[in-house]
Amino acid sequence: MLKRLRDSSLIPVTVVVGMIILIWYAGAVYLNAPMLIDQYERQKTEWNFEKLRQDAWAMKRPILPAPHQILADMNQSIIGRKVTSKRSLIYHGWITISSTLVGFGIGASLGILLAVGIVYIPTLNRSVMPWIIASQTIPILAIAPMIIVVLGSIGLTGLIPKAIISAYLCFFPVTIGMVKGLRSPDPILMDLMRTYNSNNSQTFFKLRWPASTTFLFTSFKVSIAISLVGAIVGELPAGARAGLGSRLLVGSYYGQTIQIWSALITASLVAGLLVYLMTLLERLTISKMGGRLI
Amino acid sequence: MSANTTSQEANTVETQNLDLVFQTRDGPVHALSEINLEIRQGDFISFIGPSGCGKTTLLRVIADLEKPTGGSILVNGVSPEQARLQRAYGYVFQAPALFPWRTVEGNLKLPLEIMGIDAAERTRRAKESLKMVNLEGFEKKFPWQLSGGMQQRVSIARALTFDPELLLMDEPFGALDEIVRDQLNEHFLRLWEKNRKTVVFVTHSIPEAAYLSTRIVVMSPRPGRIMECIESDLPPDRTLDIRETSKFLELSHRIREGLRAGHSYD
Repeated sequence: MLKRLRDSSLIPVTVVVGMIILIWYAGAVYLNAPMLIDQYERQKTEWNFEKLRQDAWAMKRPILPAPHQILADMNQSIIGRKVTSKRSLIYHGWITISSTLVGFGIGASLGILLAVGIVYIPTLNRSVMPWIIASQTIPILAIAPMIIVVLGSIGLTGLIPKAIISAYLCFFPVTIGMVKGLRSPDPILMDLMRTYNSNNSQTFFKLRWPASTTFLFTSFKVSIAISLVGAIVGELPAGARAGLGSRLLVGSYYGQTIQIWSALITASLVAGLLVYLMTLLERLTISKMGGRLI
Repeated sequence: MSANTTSQEANTVETQNLDLVFQTRDGPVHALSEINLEIRQGDFISFIGPSGCGKTTLLRVIADLEKPTGGSILVNGVSPEQARLQRAYGYVFQAPALFPWRTVEGNLKLPLEIMGIDAAERTRRAKESLKMVNLEGFEKKFPWQLSGGMQQRVSIARALTFDPELLLMDEPFGALDEIVRDQLNEHFLRLWEKNRKTVVFVTHSIPEAAYLSTRIVVMSPRPGRIMECIESDLPPDRTLDIRETSKFLELSHRIREGLRAGHSYD
């Protein structure tokens, strides 16, 4: 029991989280203090450190809210409201997750198709690869509003433009990973397939595709997290009314730092959840494939 | 034409002045030079020589995995490419080359799936060839659950599933320890006596070549060429004990002399 506890990552993780929370509380006092002191002096209030500390952790619009304030806000906006409410984080989270998933679906399919093309067609390898790399050097924050505007003008609004921004970001790791994965089979196995006079599609489905499983899931895990970022970025411009991105935007308009932080933390919890689900899917697939793919 | 037909029946592999030059960054490498060889049906031929003598390359040319740059070669009376397209041979590599995501049974069925054989027949043949290598009961195991020797036996069984008349084996036991190797040598010889397939066997072990073969082709490097073909006169029902007889030692000595003549020991 004690040994298992020592070997597990529970203790180190708890210690690190504890440290972060400690620094956070201290930071909240330090960053919020100037505002409070200013206020005390204007109102000529008597103050000491204890009062400063208590006020710093209970401000309505702090520079840095204390963790328990964020938790309280999350608690209220996740559990405390009906999911259909415009102020429920579950409602906004779901808007973002749905476009994340659609975007991931488009991006992953596109990524795999491109990888297959690059592996099988030498011309494509030389002509498309540089463009794929160039596509990722364009700052997404700059191009996202353009995509929203252009697609809006042809009548596409809501989920699809956001999903396209996600897809734009998340096809890249899939392509890069799968090009490597599809090329990963040992030359000896390729020779073996040749001795059987195996055709291209047989070599693909019986060798290249299963051989790239680990590469596929590694890039999927990166991709799905990026896809979420894409969806949030897509919700920032043009005044989207729903989604975690709009909560961030609205929060910053009105200086609602607590709301920003709770949307932010919800977003990272969602990302963590998506990556975790992908890891589960990976484990399931690999155990179905015999448990060891090397 | 009729002469061609007779040679087709007599010889499984026939080469004339076969040449292969690899173009490398450091200039051309003469991997095979003036190879003249006839392999008769039912032969157990070993290619022996030091590394770089072209024995594996010659095997790969027969399998149409390399193209010769000169001379001619016929496999079953046709070009190696046509022979490959007809799935005329089974190839066993130095590594087991099993698909890690397939069970033993799945690996055995792989060539049959590719060749479009129906499911019931696939199962029957997989079972049959697994029996030939004494691995019944291991159908559902994955390759990593087997020892190296067992993996190589699966790999041999896989080459037998589609019943090719010709087996090409590239140092199939080279990566195994000596005890397992002896065991597999004896087992494989029994198997060969039963089904009498033509076997072309690459090795760098003198005892292995002497023990298994009906004919030993001694090769030498730079350029890769044939030094000598030695016929073996060992009795067909030999066991590993034969390696202590004077006849066997004499044969081993002749092989070693052949290698020495090719400056393999310089």
